[in-house]
Amino acid sequence: MLARLKQMLIKEFIQVFRDKRTRFVLIGPPIIQMLIFGYAATFEIHHVPTVVLDLDHSQESRDLISRFTSSPYFDVQRQLTDHRQIGDLIDRGQATVALQINPGFAQNLRKGQTAPLQVIVDATNSNTALIASGYINQIALGFAQEYQQDRIRRIFPQMIERIPQVQLDPRPWYNPDLRSRWFFVPGIVGSLTLVLVVTLTAFAVVREREIGTLEQIMVTPIRPAEFILGKTLPFFLIGLFDVSLIGTVGTLWFQVPFRGHILVLLAGAVLFLLCMLGVGLLISTVSSTQQQAMVTSFFFIMPAITFSGFGFPINTMPQWLQYFTYLSPLRYFLVVLRGTYLKGVGLDILWPQMAAMGALGSGLLATAVLRFHKALD
Amino acid sequence: MSLTRFVAVAKKEIVQVVRDTRSLIIVLIMPVVLVLLFGYGVSLDLKHLPIYVYDRDGSQRSQDLLKRFEASDYFDIAGLVNNYPELSRALDDGHARMGIVIPWDFSQRLEDGRPVQVQALVDGTDDNSANVLIGYAQAVVQGYSAGIQLDWLRKQGQIVQPAPVSIETRTWYNEDLESSAFIVPGVLALVMSTIGAFLTSLTIAREWERGTMEQLISTPVTPLEIMLGKLVPYFAIGMFDVIECALIALYWFHVPFRGSFLTLLISSAMFMIVVLSMGFFISVIAKNQFAASQIALLTTFLPAFLLSGFLYSIEQMPVVLQWVTRILPARYYVSALKKIFLKGSPAALLYADLVPLTVFTLVLALLATRSFHKRLT
Repeated sequence: MLARLKQMLIKEFIQVFRDKRTRFVLIGPPIIQMLIFGYAATFEIHHVPTVVLDLDHSQESRDLISRFTSSPYFDVQRQLTDHRQIGDLIDRGQATVALQINPGFAQNLRKGQTAPLQVIVDATNSNTALIASGYINQIALGFAQEYQQDRIRRIFPQMIERIPQVQLDPRPWYNPDLRSRWFFVPGIVGSLTLVLVVTLTAFAVVREREIGTLEQIMVTPIRPAEFILGKTLPFFLIGLFDVSLIGTVGTLWFQVPFRGHILVLLAGAVLFLLCMLGVGLLISTVSSTQQQAMVTSFFFIMPAITFSGFGFPINTMPQWLQYFTYLSPLRYFLVVLRGTYLKGVGLDILWPQMAAMGALGSGLLATAVLRFHKALD
Repeated sequence: MSLTRFVAVAKKEIVQVVRDTRSLIIVLIMPVVLVLLFGYGVSLDLKHLPIYVYDRDGSQRSQDLLKRFEASDYFDIAGLVNNYPELSRALDDGHARMGIVIPWDFSQRLEDGRPVQVQALVDGTDDNSANVLIGYAQAVVQGYSAGIQLDWLRKQGQIVQPAPVSIETRTWYNEDLESSAFIVPGVLALVMSTIGAFLTSLTIAREWERGTMEQLISTPVTPLEIMLGKLVPYFAIGMFDVIECALIALYWFHVPFRGSFLTLLISSAMFMIVVLSMGFFISVIAKNQFAASQIALLTTFLPAFLLSGFLYSIEQMPVVLQWVTRILPARYYVSALKKIFLKGSPAALLYADLVPLTVFTLVLALLATRSFHKRLT
């Protein structure tokens, strides 16, 4: 049994590492993807091109605008004189945000009436628009609050020492500077591993079938269990190697902290890899050509990543869609990744994720092995 | 170039595509799945985020503040705790995204006319959610604080007007800030990269791998005829998928369509030729289906997904990466798509996208025919 398994493993490793393109594919693309992803995937906004149309020309309106000028989120490029310019600049994509202050702004403020700040946002990129709107609201509210404090100070100088005030003291944990990169890098480790291991496993078996070498193997005394083990073990090891490689490169290059215990992460990676091997094998049992395997893998990969909370929070999805997210093994692995990288939590917190991956993984593998026996008979 | 021979190769390829019914079905329903996936699954519009409260004061005033949190659409008070360890555990295991701590002397200080700070411990793992949470929490607290101050002054016999600044935001091109309206047009680029690059790179690599390429070469068919014959069926599938995507976008997600249908078809056809040529290239280099699929992923799918402005805004990327996006056809195609769907820009504003796209089409198509020729002789 062991001798046959050993032969099978030797054959698999030779097949994977013999071709220099495949060798490159196991190392090059994951690293390149990690770097590109790490730089490209961000929801932070800086220097959003902004134009201003101040028709009020008051101290108040200038104060409000200067708050935008000094904000790192907005880059106030031009002061306009005519509202028709706004449409033109936004149409051409030269400005993303336009602020317009109509005459009477200061007068309304002084009288305590609603003073409107008109904001026009180019929402062809709804993410940027959403985030920019959030900052605009914060800046305008901050202005209103300080304006109020100033007024009280001016009218009742004696009161300012004794007036109640509530302030929020926000303290972001785990990621104090709120860097997008810290959020994305652990997720990339999971997503890249998913893509690599699923396609690798699916292709390996299907290639034998497509070229016709599967029959040759089946006439040897090898047993199905040995064949499956021989096919999956190499990819399990390659997967583990790639997790470590991508994880190390991402951590060192992007300076993401790792606060948890490496063994907890490894345990999570092992369980996650079991799920991925199960999926890869399952795909291979239903595919007869590599093209089919590719198309079917893709059909699994896209939803699995989208539903995992990798880039977009799960609780923004419609409720009925949220139930599907429980089927994505990546969902659980991401919690483990972010938990160990950023939160530094251990098994006492992460055991439900581990259990879920264990259950999904054994279910997937068992189904795959059963189907595989049938496919071989 | 003989028409009969070209038709013969195309026929052979069409037979191969049609015979593999399952792949064909998958390829035809893939656009539906991807559009639904991204239309529903990708949004940053956060609502009802779970927060925990540690109210150390337990007074009428602290309850008033919490009611304001509860009344907001953005927060759901998911738990009340009585100590810091419980709060920190809720943040660790993800049951709470934010913990509000009201100090024990909250109402006392307010009655004495002193400032008081309310702590917000925020799970910063997901930087964007954290920013949104902090922004809304700040708005709630400021609103409460302003009310308290006015009450206080009134009690002292002083009438002060509030200073309300209202923010009237208009989001252009995508009035309801629907994520689907901005995402779904970009899905077209994703679908086409997938069909174009994956399928074609595999279909030609397959001929090499199975050894049937030599057979083809030994026939009088010229390289150009092989290339065109191979690509035509996939071109047809790709264009069918484009129309399918566009119809789902319009009739299911009600994405506005403000441009011309002809421009959509022409730019899509150009992008299709680009990805087909790239797929062809890859198969010539890779000659092995696994390597081909991984290189296709890296050179066509990934740029379309990450660097095209489909999800992540190009302006917010590091400058070097912004230069890189300039040599990516997907960038111009996605930009054209957004203009066609959302802005309805006239052809004059589209030239910035269509001219580079045309250049890519010509250059890549030419290079693809060249590369194959060299390999054959």
